[in-house]
Amino acid sequence: MKKSVFYGTLVAAGLAGGAALAQSATLSEVQSRGHLNCGVTTGLVGFAAPNASGEWEGFDVGVCRAVAAAVFGDATAVEFVPTTGQTRFTALASGEVDMLARNTTWTFSRDVDLAFEFVGINYYDGQGFMVPRALGVSSAMELDGATVCIQTGTTTELNLADFFASNNMSYEPVPIETNAEAQQQFLAGACDVYTTDASGLAATRATFEDPSAYVVLPEIISKEPLGPLVRHGDNEWGDIVRWTLNVLIAAEELGITSANVMELAQGTDNPEINRMLGTEGEYGPMLGLSQDWAVNVIAAVGNYGELFEQNIGEATPIGLSRGLNAQWTDGGLLYSPPFR
Amino acid sequence: MSETHSHSASYVRREMLPQQDPPALQTGAVKWLRENLFSGWLNTILTILSIFVVYWVLAHILPWMLGGIWTADSLTECREIRDQLYGEGGREVACWAVLVDRWHQLLFGFYPDDSYWRPILSLIVFGAAVAPVLYESVSRKLLLLTPLAPFIIFWLLWGGTIWGPLAVLAGFVLGWAVFRFGEPVIGSLGATLAAILVPILYWLFAAGPIASGLSSALPIGIESVPSDDFGGFMLALVIGIAGIVLSLPLGIVLALGRQSDLFIVNKFSVIFIEVIRGVPLIVWLFTASLLLNYFLPPGTNFDLMLRVIIMVTLFSSAYIAEVVRGGLAALPRGQYEGADSLGLDYWQSMRLVILPQALKISIPGIVSTFIGLFKDTTLVVFIGLLDPIGFSNSIRASTDWNGVYWELFIFIGLCFFICCFSMSRYSQFLERKLRTDHR
Repeated sequence: MKKSVFYGTLVAAGLAGGAALAQSATLSEVQSRGHLNCGVTTGLVGFAAPNASGEWEGFDVGVCRAVAAAVFGDATAVEFVPTTGQTRFTALASGEVDMLARNTTWTFSRDVDLAFEFVGINYYDGQGFMVPRALGVSSAMELDGATVCIQTGTTTELNLADFFASNNMSYEPVPIETNAEAQQQFLAGACDVYTTDASGLAATRATFEDPSAYVVLPEIISKEPLGPLVRHGDNEWGDIVRWTLNVLIAAEELGITSANVMELAQGTDNPEINRMLGTEGEYGPMLGLSQDWAVNVIAAVGNYGELFEQNIGEATPIGLSRGLNAQWTDGGLLYSPPFR
Repeated sequence: MSETHSHSASYVRREMLPQQDPPALQTGAVKWLRENLFSGWLNTILTILSIFVVYWVLAHILPWMLGGIWTADSLTECREIRDQLYGEGGREVACWAVLVDRWHQLLFGFYPDDSYWRPILSLIVFGAAVAPVLYESVSRKLLLLTPLAPFIIFWLLWGGTIWGPLAVLAGFVLGWAVFRFGEPVIGSLGATLAAILVPILYWLFAAGPIASGLSSALPIGIESVPSDDFGGFMLALVIGIAGIVLSLPLGIVLALGRQSDLFIVNKFSVIFIEVIRGVPLIVWLFTASLLLNYFLPPGTNFDLMLRVIIMVTLFSSAYIAEVVRGGLAALPRGQYEGADSLGLDYWQSMRLVILPQALKISIPGIVSTFIGLFKDTTLVVFIGLLDPIGFSNSIRASTDWNGVYWELFIFIGLCFFICCFSMSRYSQFLERKLRTDHR
């Protein structure tokens, strides 16, 4: 009896020591604060928006909640900080938020020059075009001389200029400020074409009175890998966010859902599931988290597929198909490194 | 004789005729119409055209507004109900259901819904506190509330322990006491300096520990609400009212400073006014939200809303200063000389002779600056604060209400119009009341 207490203490001390080694500054700050500060958009359909009772919902919000569940075991321990396109990077750099999950495109300059670390990709997007069916256009190559509604100051504006220039076509831009304004202008016929990320086009088209009167053209003219990001300089914190995202993706691949995670956490025949869910190895403590961190994540928000279907999938009014965002086994690009 | 008389008198009327109404064209509505709307062929054409335009606008807007749908859970449902009511492809109607669903967010933001009484009570306290200042007829006893109101309102809105606002209030009492009892000992200037320095030192070093000590000893308080939860029209009102109340005194001081003969005071005021006024408000807001983050030591949590209130106050005080300076410049030189000849010192002459007249002249300018300031609070949407405009974006970002547009803006516009229009009416009332010229 005495001996077992002694060993117990030893193990606990060892664990605490191991945890302390891996402890990151951001993590301890978040833990002492008692909640995660997560930067989101001020509102983007399907990705982040407050509902009628003031709770944030959406695909990006799900990532924030997953990280909170990993750290605290409680998906509600998040303070959502709405950021605009202009304020998002300063908010992260100055420490106002611990991470950004704000459909931000992973680009070279943002990663290197702005000193951020993109920890992964949670949505593969790309810029597309929408036109009224009555226009009779079936390809973006037929858009020479069109008037285009375009949000100013975004990468979409630059992509558009590149696309038209490289195809020797001309266009007339109609600058607009917000997506809502764009919808009004487009419906009123102020422009022939509306261009933005394909997910945004689908969401916009879904709100029209008669969606079938508009078509989204097949061409995708840019790569927009969207993902959560953290500051340079605290790699341990980056690891936590990265592997939380990987848990979501791997859980779908391995068939772990919010419904069966508790059952699988008792132990399975699959060693990778066991390692992830903490019945084998010490993967949680290596991150400075609890042993059942991944269980908490999946139990709280579900796996990637569940998150997708709940917020932007085909059952929702937005109705996005998985496309590039399917698992690599289904012909998509989602590919989590192994839990080993 | 009587015959001749009766003969001649047959041409004389013996009794008065009953009074008749004036001709129909010269009376009542018809006369007014003829004089004001149809006084010539050009005016008649213009009138008919105007009536047609008004009719055309109303005929399009009224059915849309009045036929609006009030109960639905999403825009799609709104459209289904409309199709049932008016037939497929019938008329376009408003979907007011979005307001029913989200009015509380447009008004209060994320403020906890079991605490809505707190901002409402704050507004009532504010009304009671400014009433004796705005209207002479209100009981003077309410003036006792006025200096306390900022602390009550702060405590109601942000909640937390009651000792915090009380500890800050104690600083003002301390300053007053230092001045009151220090003046006979160290003279007027020394007492003034001490009355400024002592409270500042007290706030910096003593107020915090005292408040936390008292609150742990005697925890009286209400649920604390962080600034992040403020939003919607309430945010606009808090920023707007704080800006208005703080910028008026600051603006008057700056205006006097710009007129001053003291070199440093004068130059400081001029530079302050010109720099603040020469840069757009949006730049100051970005400074408040972005630049300050880099300058402040990491980890300091200087409330964003407080930063915005400070910036908005400084911005509008520069405008108020110029408006008041216009009033000061409009006063004849004789008023200044008259005040001097009565033997009044600078502050007495300003307080008793110059400012009452200068401010009276400036009322329309001051009030339009305030209205402008109040409407400019919507600019905070660009730094990620969720004011009504910001919330309209967030509401549209929910899958239920994506696609709703005018309904939200009409509601927001109505709220702003009520506030701005009442300010404008009050300024007209004040001008009529203070008019001393003889007409």
